[in-house]
Amino acid sequence: MSAMNRKVIQTLAETISKHAEHFNKTEVEFLIREFNVLLGEQTVSGRAVPGLDRGKFRSILHNIFGMTDDMIMDGVFRTFDKDNDSFVSMKEWVEGLSVFLRGTLEEQIKYCFHVYDLNGDNYVSREEMFHMLKNSLIRQPTEEDPDEGIKDLVEITLKKMDYDHDGRLSFTDFEKSVREENLLLEAFGTCLPDTTSIESFEHHVFQEQLEQ
Amino acid sequence: MGLSLTRAAQWTPASSGTGKLESTPMNESLLKEILSFAEQFGSQHPQEALHVFQEPLQWSTTLVASDFKTDYDISDSDVQSNERDSEGLPLLQLSPPTVSVRSFNQLSKLVHLAEDKKVEEVQACLEENRYPVVKILGSSVASILQGEDTDTDVLSLLLSKCLEEIAGKIRLDPTAVKNEVDSLKQSSIEREKRVLKSIRYTSDYIFSNGCRAPPWRQVHGEMCYLVIEPCDTETLCVTCSTAGVFLNGGVKQEGEESGYERTSDVYRDLRTLLKSRSPHFAEKINTQDFAVQEASSTQKVQHVEPVDADEQGQPQRSYEQREKNVHENARQSLYKTGGEKKYEPCPRWRNLGLTSPCGEAEEKKRSKSSGEEKSDEIQKKKLGAGAKGKMKAEFSASSLPGRLSSQKIAVKFETSCILYGSPSAKTRYFQLLLSYTELYEALVVARVHLSPGGDQTATVLTLCAMMDFNLMQETCQLAIRDVGGLEVLINLLDTDEVKCKIGSLKILRKISHNVQIRRAIVDMGGLQSIVRILDSPVKDLKALAAETISNVARFRRARRTVRQYGGIKKLVKLLDCVPNLASLSANQEKDVEVARCGALALWSCSKSTKNKEAIRKAGGIPLLGRLLKSPHENMLIPVVGTLQECASEESYRIAIQTEGMIKDLVKNLSSDNDELQMHCASAIFKCAEGKQTRDLVREYKGLQPLASLLSKASNKQLLAAATGAIWKCSISMENVAKFQEYKALETLVGLLTDQPEEVLVNVVGAVGEFARIPANKAIIRKCGGITSLALLVNVTNAVGACATDMDNMAIIDQLDGVRLVWSLLKNPSAEVQSSAAWALCPCINNAKIWGPFQAMKEILASLSQLVA
Repeated sequence: MSAMNRKVIQTLAETISKHAEHFNKTEVEFLIREFNVLLGEQTVSGRAVPGLDRGKFRSILHNIFGMTDDMIMDGVFRTFDKDNDSFVSMKEWVEGLSVFLRGTLEEQIKYCFHVYDLNGDNYVSREEMFHMLKNSLIRQPTEEDPDEGIKDLVEITLKKMDYDHDGRLSFTDFEKSVREENLLLEAFGTCLPDTTSIESFEHHVFQEQLEQ
Repeated sequence: MGLSLTRAAQWTPASSGTGKLESTPMNESLLKEILSFAEQFGSQHPQEALHVFQEPLQWSTTLVASDFKTDYDISDSDVQSNERDSEGLPLLQLSPPTVSVRSFNQLSKLVHLAEDKKVEEVQACLEENRYPVVKILGSSVASILQGEDTDTDVLSLLLSKCLEEIAGKIRLDPTAVKNEVDSLKQSSIEREKRVLKSIRYTSDYIFSNGCRAPPWRQVHGEMCYLVIEPCDTETLCVTCSTAGVFLNGGVKQEGEESGYERTSDVYRDLRTLLKSRSPHFAEKINTQDFAVQEASSTQKVQHVEPVDADEQGQPQRSYEQREKNVHENARQSLYKTGGEKKYEPCPRWRNLGLTSPCGEAEEKKRSKSSGEEKSDEIQKKKLGAGAKGKMKAEFSASSLPGRLSSQKIAVKFETSCILYGSPSAKTRYFQLLLSYTELYEALVVARVHLSPGGDQTATVLTLCAMMDFNLMQETCQLAIRDVGGLEVLINLLDTDEVKCKIGSLKILRKISHNVQIRRAIVDMGGLQSIVRILDSPVKDLKALAAETISNVARFRRARRTVRQYGGIKKLVKLLDCVPNLASLSANQEKDVEVARCGALALWSCSKSTKNKEAIRKAGGIPLLGRLLKSPHENMLIPVVGTLQECASEESYRIAIQTEGMIKDLVKNLSSDNDELQMHCASAIFKCAEGKQTRDLVREYKGLQPLASLLSKASNKQLLAAATGAIWKCSISMENVAKFQEYKALETLVGLLTDQPEEVLVNVVGAVGEFARIPANKAIIRKCGGITSLALLVNVTNAVGACATDMDNMAIIDQLDGVRLVWSLLKNPSAEVQSSAAWALCPCINNAKIWGPFQAMKEILASLSQLVA
C-alpha cells in the first residue's frame, strides 16, 4: 500500500473513529482497509461505486457471520445502509460494525428492532413477525394447518412482548421485553454474530493485518 | 372414541326428565358402538379405567345377584364389588333394581357380565344418565365441557379423540367458501330466480389446501378472490378470508400486486355481504332461502357423513343434529374466545349446495379417501336411493391459518391428558383447566415445537413464553413434567444452540426447586448434560448450569452423579475470579456471578463426604478462601455455607485455619445478615475444636460478636450455631475470661429455659466449660438457674443428649457430670428424677472410661436411692 494511501486512510480513520465509539483509531484503520479489500473484490466493472452493494454485503454476512435467512440479511443491510442509497459506505460500514460486533445492549436493541421492522414504519406487526418466523418451525406433515404453529407462535410472542396491547410491537415494547429477558433480543431471527464468529472476524481484521 | 356418538343419538321428544332412546337403526348402531367402547375401555385404557367417578352412574338394571361372580361380595340380592375406592366404598353396588357404578373398570366388567342383555343395560344407563360426564368428572369439569353443547350428551367429549376436530370445525374454510360460491353460481344461472348477474373466481388454479389466493396472501388468511356482478349495482371485488368476507381494492387477476387492501367491513359470509350491497339480492335471496328450507325439512332424509378416518371407528351424526352442534359450537366459541370471529357457512347455503354437481363429485372423492368402509356402508344404507347429490358437511378439512384458539388448545390438551395421563394427573388437569388454560396452551405448543434441531428462534420464543408462567408453583412444575416438557428441555441442553440452552436452563433452574422434578431430571440423565455445560465458554450458561445443579443436587444420588461426571472439578474451576476489586468491568462482574453460582452448587454438593474430599482435591479451598473476602453477602453465604459444611472434615479445619479464613469468618460474624452469621458461627463451632483456632478467634476479636449473637433468641438456628461456637471457644480458659467480660454466662444461663434441644445441648456444654472456673459456679447459682425445676429437667435432658456422643461424654465425665446428674435423683420432684434417670442411660452406655467396678458401685448406690 502506498504511503499516500496510508495517509488518506489515517485521516479517514481519524474522522470516522469519532462516531464509532467501540473501536479505537487503529482498529478503524484496519476496518477501512478490510472495507477497501471487500470493495475491490466487488468492483469488476471498473466503475467506481460508493460502497458495498446488497449482494456483496449479504455474502459477507453469510460467509463470515454464518447468517442464512434472506429476510434477516436484507434487514441487516437496511440497518447498515443508513442513508438508504443501496450501498454500505465506508462510514456506514465502520459504524454498523461497531454495534454489530461490540454494541451495548441498548445499541443492539435499537439495531435489532430496526432489522425486524421490515417496512420501516417503526412497528413490528403481526404480518412481519409471521414472515420472519415462517421458516422457523419444522412443518409437521400430519398437521392439518402447517401455518397454524407459526400463528400460535406469533400470538404467544405478542402476548409476551406487546405491553401496550395494540397488536404490534413498538420500539418501547421491544426494549422493555428485551430488558426483562435478554433472550428476546434476537426474537425474530439471528441478526447478530455469535462470539466465535466475532472473534474470528476481529482476529482476521485486526491481528492478521497487524502481522503483515 | 365411540361415545361421541351419543350426541347424535335420536332421543324421543324430551317431555319428561328422562328421554327414551328411539329404536331407530341409527340408534342401534350407535348403541353398539358405545357398547364396544365400554367393553374395551377397561383393557385399552387400564389406568383411566381406575379413575373413580365423582358421582356414580345409576340405572335400573335387569341384572340380579346371581349374574355376578367372584370379584363381588354377594349378600342376598345385594351385590358389592370387592374393588373399592380410597375411602373403602365399593365401586359397584347393586340393590335391585338399581345398580350404581363408579369406575370404568367396573362398567366394562358389568357389560361383560350382562352378556346378551348388554345392549339393554347400556341403553338403560344412557337413558337414566343424560349427563354422564357431570357424574364422572364432577360439575366443575363438566361446566367447561358444557360449553360444547348444552342439550346433548357430553360424555362424548371426554371419551372421544375427535375433540380436536370439533374445535377445529368452526371457521370459514375453502370448502365452505366453495360451496357458497357454487350455490350462488347455480342461482345466477336460473333465469327467473336470478340473484346475481355473474360470479367468478379471479384465478382458476386451486392450491392443494383448497385456496386460490397466492401463497403470500394466504399467510394473511385470504383464500380466494371473487368478481361479482350484482343485478343492480356495480361490480364487486371480494376477498374471502378465514376471518370473513370483505370488498377489496380491486383484485381482478392473479398476480397483481395492488388491490388487496380491505375497503369494506368484514362480513360473516358472502351472502351477508351481498345482501348489504345489493338490495335486489337481499330481496331475492330471502324468498329463496325460505323455499329451500321448506324443501329440505320436508325431505326428512338422514344424511350421515363420515369424518376422516379414526382407528376406532367413525362418528356418525344425523345431518341436522350435526348442524345444530356446529351452530352451537360456533356460538359457544364466539362467546368463549371473547368475540374472536369464527364463522361457518350458513347451513341453508349448504342445503342449496346439495343440488350442485360439484358437491357430488367432491363427496365421492372424499368418501373414497376416508377409507372407512364400514361407515360407508352404513352411509349408503341410510342414504338409500336418495343418495344423489348429498353433500357432506365436512368442516374439518380447513388448512388455512386460523387464529389461535385457546379453547382449541385446551381441548387438545384435555385429549392428550386422557390418552397419556394417569387418572390423578387427569383430574388435576381438569381442575386446573379453568385457570391454567394459558399454561397448557404454551406447553402444548412448546411440546410440539421445542424439538432439538428445530430453529433456535422459534424455540427461544416458546421458552420465553414458558418463563411467563409461575414456574415456582408446584402445579406448573408438575404440569411441565407431565406433558413431557422436561424431556424436551433436557434434550435442548444437548444442542449447540446457546440461546436454547440458556432458555431451557432458565426454566429448569426454577422448576428444579420441586423435589419430584429434581429426581426426574436425574432419572432422565439431565444432570450429566447440565454438568457438561459447565465447560461452555459462555458465562451466562455456566452460571445458569451451576445454579441449576445447586437445586438439583439436594439428594444423594444427584450429588454422586455430579461427582462421577467430573462436575466438582468444573464447579471449582468456576470459583476462579477476582471478587474484591473496587470497580469491576462488566466482564468481571459476570465472572463473579459465575463464581457465586459455582459456590451455590458446591454448597449443595458438599453435603456428601466424598464430594468434600473431591472439592479439596480440585483445589477448592484456596479459591473459597479468596471468595471469602468478597464484600457481597450473596457471595459469602454460599461460600461460608460450603466451608461450614466441609469443616466436619479434619483436613478442612486445618486448611481453614492455615489459609487464614478465621479472620474473615470472624469479620462476617458482625454482618447484619442472619444466615451469614449463622454459617460463620457454625463454621467456627466446627473449627474451634483446635486450640489454635480458638486463639485465632480471640485474636481477631470474634468473641464479642459471638456473645452478642446470643441476643438473637428468636432465630433458633442462629442461636444453635452461636452457642455451639461459644461452647467450643470456651474450651480455652482465656476465652472464658474474655466471655466473662461480655457477660456471656448470664445470657447463657438465661437461655437454659424453653430452647430447642440443639440450642440447649450447646448452652449446657458452654455452661459446663464456664463452670470450670470456680467463680462462675457462683454466678450460675446467682443467676438462680440451678434450683429451677425447669433448668434441672432441661439440664438432665441436655446432658442425656450430649452423652450420646463419645466426645461429649468425655467432657461430661471430666466435669464429673454423671455424679451431678446422679445427685439429682435425690431431688424431690418426680419429673427431675425421671429425666435424670433417662440422662444416665446414655452416660452409662458411653462411659467406657469408667471402670466397670466404679460404675456398678454407682448404679447400686443410685438404685438404693431410688428404692428409698
